[in-house]
Amino acid sequence: MDSNLRREIILEHYENPVNRGLVDDDSYILKNTNNDSCIDNIDIMLKVDDGIIKDIRFDGEACAISTSATSVMINTLLGKSVDEAKKILQNYQNMIDEKDYDKELLGELNVYDEIGRQPNRKMCALLPSNAIKSILEMLEEK
Amino acid sequence: MNREDFPMLKEDIVYFDNGATTLKPKSVVHAMDKYYLEHTSNIHRGEYDASIITNQLYDGVRDIVRDFIHAKNSDEIVYTSGTTEGINMVVFGFMKKHLKKGDVVLTDRAEHASNVLPWLVLARKMGIVVKYVPLDDDYSLSVAKLEKEIDDKVKVISIAKVSNVVGDVRDTKRIGEICKSKNIYFVVDAAQAVSHVEVDVVDDNIDFLAFSAHKMAGPTGVGALYGKYELLCGMDPLKYGGGMNQEFSSDGDFEIKTPPLKFEAGTPAIAEVIGMGEAIKYVSKIGVDKIHEHEVSLKKYLVSELRKIPNIIMYNEKSDSGILAFNLEGVFAQDTAIFLNHFHIYVRAGNHCTKMLKEEMNIRNTCRISMYLYNNKSDVDRLIDALKQSENIFKVVI
Repeated sequence: MDSNLRREIILEHYENPVNRGLVDDDSYILKNTNNDSCIDNIDIMLKVDDGIIKDIRFDGEACAISTSATSVMINTLLGKSVDEAKKILQNYQNMIDEKDYDKELLGELNVYDEIGRQPNRKMCALLPSNAIKSILEMLEEK
Repeated sequence: MNREDFPMLKEDIVYFDNGATTLKPKSVVHAMDKYYLEHTSNIHRGEYDASIITNQLYDGVRDIVRDFIHAKNSDEIVYTSGTTEGINMVVFGFMKKHLKKGDVVLTDRAEHASNVLPWLVLARKMGIVVKYVPLDDDYSLSVAKLEKEIDDKVKVISIAKVSNVVGDVRDTKRIGEICKSKNIYFVVDAAQAVSHVEVDVVDDNIDFLAFSAHKMAGPTGVGALYGKYELLCGMDPLKYGGGMNQEFSSDGDFEIKTPPLKFEAGTPAIAEVIGMGEAIKYVSKIGVDKIHEHEVSLKKYLVSELRKIPNIIMYNEKSDSGILAFNLEGVFAQDTAIFLNHFHIYVRAGNHCTKMLKEEMNIRNTCRISMYLYNNKSDVDRLIDALKQSENIFKVVI
């Protein structure tokens, strides 16, 4: 991907992220995510209805990569089934870990395809996916 | 000054993260190498040549530390793994025994985690009360405000000599006098103070003082705890084992040694202790006053240059040390640090282990510049040049 275009997409999501701001609603599951290796601190809440991700919201203080990745991830996962979401999350993780992954499945998340080369930024990019993954696990345990 | 002593500075870097750890001069590394390459041996009870050399060096560091912090007696110096261990020893080895439910420990919200969490654990375990002296408008700790908080219940004042984000130098002399007159234990975290400002435990009537070697040109994993001898006698060890006992037998009887050895169970970090001694010799030769003067004048220059950049927010321009916390307006601190790394300028971003400071400062994360003896005007100029280009920050960090 052209680096200017990549930067433009990331910056747009950093400056104007989607679904910022939490709601007071028990039908959501909330997860606070604190990045051990840096200082990002984001709350993510997610609502699943009939096996479909109906809404994801977030709030917090984080770097450009974490914030934008949260926004792009929300856009990508909204309306997907839990199973589809899991597949996307796994492929996203693989991409960040520089393993084989399905490019088609990730859509706009492909803007982070070079983050894996910067070890100190991997955790920033994985912040939203790790949080959403653990929310989906919490849902399964319910 | 003395840049040639620090091999890392031959690289094209500006090292501004001295509050986290300082670079190490060759003499310190060589002293440690010498132990590993020429006289490796355990301390005490070895009757062979290498062991005798090691013993002399290792035990000799206690005298070096004693003189450095102006203690009366080398037996008041306990080797530790660093400030954190030192404060934990005081809280759980001494205070747990000598405080009772309802007793108040006075501290402040600019303290490092290692001078807060042990007290909070003690509060949970035995019901002591941790109170925080409100900071001044410039986030410094004033003696006047501290005095206002003192009542009969206050049994301990536990503060940093130099705070690690604000960088204000606390008047430990005056606070020590107050503690003495009111019979309050005075505990000092000197992690950011040693080798930056003079530390005098006797003159300041300090009961316990802890510091780490790695923040003053020494190795990681070692430090010292000072305690007045009679207090150390009343302090329990947190570790038991070899080297700290006098006698033990199968009927359950045992006798432990006197301070400082009773606190030093197990084989210690011998090379690191020797390195700590070398570091103290190194900074003492330059002179702590001279280092302080250098850092303060460099900070003044830094502040005056940063004022010329419109989108910089500084949080502690006035504090009398080489520490400056700042942010670029509208930019997350971590992004600023990543941006500066692009220019090989090393700063720290985060809350700097002072997670309560946000309650006073209203900001959770900052970039921290912390200077040391080898930083110079050209380091500052490079930082300023980089920050002047910060309109391109996202071209760099994304």
